[in-house]
Amino acid sequence: MIKLNRADYEKMLSHARSTLPEEACGLIAGTVEGEDRIIRKVYLLTNTDHSPEHFSLDPKEQLAAIKDMRLHGLVPIGNWHSHPDTPSRPSDEDKRLAYDSRASYLILSLMDREHPVLHSFRIFGTDAEKEELIIH
Amino acid sequence: MIITVSGKSKEVQDNLTVAQLIAEEQVETPEYVTVSVNDTFVESGAFKSTKLHDGDTVEFLYFMGGGR
Repeated sequence: MIKLNRADYEKMLSHARSTLPEEACGLIAGTVEGEDRIIRKVYLLTNTDHSPEHFSLDPKEQLAAIKDMRLHGLVPIGNWHSHPDTPSRPSDEDKRLAYDSRASYLILSLMDREHPVLHSFRIFGTDAEKEELIIH
Repeated sequence: MIITVSGKSKEVQDNLTVAQLIAEEQVETPEYVTVSVNDTFVESGAFKSTKLHDGDTVEFLYFMGGGR
């Protein structure tokens, strides 16, 4: 199970809406308590592809985020990105570029602008498994 | 010499290169790793020729990206 607080969800959603029509992206960090992953901080990073169909995290911002996580005693949990016009599910490219099977990959779909959908996935090669996400 | 790797202090042999450190650390998918030394990014083509020095701080960053 992975938990995300409502304020961080809204932060992610607001950023994703503000970057339309491009994909938005970032990192998530937090703590691991038994089987549960608790997201304590959401990082909003620049999509260096500036594309509605692709994203790449800015390495400089990634480095700054990693340092910030360390400073605050958080561990990297994974990343998030938006799908402006497609569902909340990993695309073939998402799977191909998901190198870390330990990470959670959150995908925020804005396909229905009024009803965004956020799901979290673990990705193992070409297989993606949805994990329980609780927004509280 | 002592260097810091991903926030942890580590003793390594003198004149260790970035490429050797990647191998020593058993970095997964090294072809997709970006390395910074003292906050400066090292081009992947320079991994073999870039020697580390006592007190250096090294970070490994994994490429993260995707598409629709």
